[in-house]
Amino acid sequence: MLSYLIRRFVYMFIILWVLSVVSFTIIQLPPGDFLSSYVIRLARSGQAVDRAQLASLRKRYGLDLPIYAQYFKWMWNMLHGDLGRSFQLNKPVSKLIAERLPVTIILSLFTLVFIYAVAIPIGIYSATHQYSVGDYTSTVVGFVGLATPNFLLALILMFLFFEYFDLSVGGLFSPEYIWAPWSIGKFIDMLKHLPIPIIVIGTAGTAGLIRVMRGCLLDELRKQYVITARAKGVEERTLLFKYPVRMAINPIVSTIGWMLPAIFSGETITAIVLSLPTTGPLLFSALMAEDMFLAASILMILGFLTVIGTFLSDILLIWIDPRIRYEKRG
Amino acid sequence: MKKKGEISAEEKYYIASQWQLMWRKFRKHKLAVVGGGILTIFYILAIFCEFFSPYDIYKRYPDYIYMPPQRIRFFDGKGVFRLRPYVYGIKQETDPITWETKFTEDKTNKYPIYFFVHGDEYKLWNLFPTDIHLFGVEKPGTIFLFGTEDMGRDLFSRNLYAARISLSVGLVGVALIFIIGIILGGISGYYGGVSDMIIQRVIEFLISIPTIPLWMALAAALPKDWPMIKVYFGITVILSLVGWGGLARVVRGKLLELREEDFAMAAKISGANEGRVITRHLLPSFLSYLIVSLTLSIPGMILGETALSFLGLGLRPPAVSWGVLLHKAQNIRTVALYPWLFFPALFVIITVLAFNFLGDGLRDAADPYK
Repeated sequence: MLSYLIRRFVYMFIILWVLSVVSFTIIQLPPGDFLSSYVIRLARSGQAVDRAQLASLRKRYGLDLPIYAQYFKWMWNMLHGDLGRSFQLNKPVSKLIAERLPVTIILSLFTLVFIYAVAIPIGIYSATHQYSVGDYTSTVVGFVGLATPNFLLALILMFLFFEYFDLSVGGLFSPEYIWAPWSIGKFIDMLKHLPIPIIVIGTAGTAGLIRVMRGCLLDELRKQYVITARAKGVEERTLLFKYPVRMAINPIVSTIGWMLPAIFSGETITAIVLSLPTTGPLLFSALMAEDMFLAASILMILGFLTVIGTFLSDILLIWIDPRIRYEKRG
Repeated sequence: MKKKGEISAEEKYYIASQWQLMWRKFRKHKLAVVGGGILTIFYILAIFCEFFSPYDIYKRYPDYIYMPPQRIRFFDGKGVFRLRPYVYGIKQETDPITWETKFTEDKTNKYPIYFFVHGDEYKLWNLFPTDIHLFGVEKPGTIFLFGTEDMGRDLFSRNLYAARISLSVGLVGVALIFIIGIILGGISGYYGGVSDMIIQRVIEFLISIPTIPLWMALAAALPKDWPMIKVYFGITVILSLVGWGGLARVVRGKLLELREEDFAMAAKISGANEGRVITRHLLPSFLSYLIVSLTLSIPGMILGETALSFLGLGLRPPAVSWGVLLHKAQNIRTVALYPWLFFPALFVIITVLAFNFLGDGLRDAADPYK
């Protein structure tokens, strides 16, 4: 058990390192950098470009170094808690991300809870009432939910709310709280705005999970131990929740690993559409402006979160399912 | 009495090939057949989009900006059915207070719809110059079935052209996934060892990163001055580079299972080299699984392209794809005023649903134990 955890932990660090290299490389791919496009913009608007100033800027941001040196410098500073400076917003990247990351994490966690809280009961209902009206309804809604991409769902909901309730559902805070520091009031205000983004981000995942839960539970319900238990007179409800549901939940827990990337992925695009103050829109604007340190850091941190989340879900799985032993394999 | 030489239904079942059996099972899956039918229609519309669309997609009609969709009418004013449908002419008025342009049907002017009419000139597939369109009305009548957008261009035609790009992204991307997935999955499953370890780690890595941020970063790396066709392939390559992992895993798993089978050993002993064993003996035995896996990965590619173009990171005008069209529907106030800008969304959803149903049906059909 311990040796598995250690191996898994070391492995996680290797992935995190690869992630940092990949993020940095991707952001270096576009030709030119922020300063060169900045110069082009200045030149277009007819302003003179001061070469000396440019060179000093280049030096300050470390853009005069070769790429690998830039990477090591970035890496080194990162280990000391400094992610570099955003060119576009002229603020430390760590500060910008710190402003938005908590919202991203809260939103993702709530979405995760939403997905499981909705999918598991519906999945159980669908399986125990197979081919009933409720089962068919959930199947149809599930399929449509899977087929509708997040951003379209966001647009459709925004449209419906705007059209029929005259409500603007964008944003995550009421105007009076947008710039306010964090407080209980702000938090409650955010909770009020959370449902729509959560529904938008969570629908696809919920739909998928209902299918998995239904399928797994149906497989379990057909097994002989269920018949035996029933024959012995175990009450239906006790029987259902004590054995088959517990068995069927295992594959669901192991899906957290791929659920998290999907949530972060959906969160990014939904946040752009609904203009939520999370990392999504920040990444978008950073990519558009070739603000490389900011973009690379966000990309990397989103990857970090999923990798760590997957790691935690693996541990959770071992804890939930005593049959899984990792010491000896094969 | 059975005639001589005729095969009974039961006998047919026993002599049917594997593919015939699958086709039988597939036909029983109603939703899959419907999905397949819808996709066939969509792809035909997309392939011949120049012919099916009544207008040139770049031609502007400055008098008809943001015009709502026109209705095709089969009944004339007295409620009598007419075999030849028609549309009414359109009058536009400007509201004196709000300055809003309002379009109303001019019931005195009827324009019957004619088929195979001469209209805007085009080159079918850039090869055959012609000007024949499936349907159209006589000038000055107009037929904007999906309305027009901010520059007064016909949205029905634009949606059809967009279908060509959006639907083909899925196919081209899947072809790339197929190649990458088979090669890497094949190496990984057949040879095992270090190459297997590396490839598996790469796949796990790709699966652990959230796709949309990764797509966004890669798409933003495409040079802005690239021509349309290069961007198109660039986006497709990005989507398949991120998405080949799933297929490679299927290939690997199946190869691991099959390479121990007797027929693989027999082929090896007979002197077939490894490439031949993989492509001639192992691959065909799980081709059906691959087809299912590929069918199910097409909608992901289509959604990826749509999402990127919607954000403005993928294809850009003058290219038209469903995502590019939806880019104009980003502003919710615009959509509230002109809801017909949402038509591409409907196409995307129907396409993805149809692919899912088709894939489900194929999966059930390909599974010999079901």
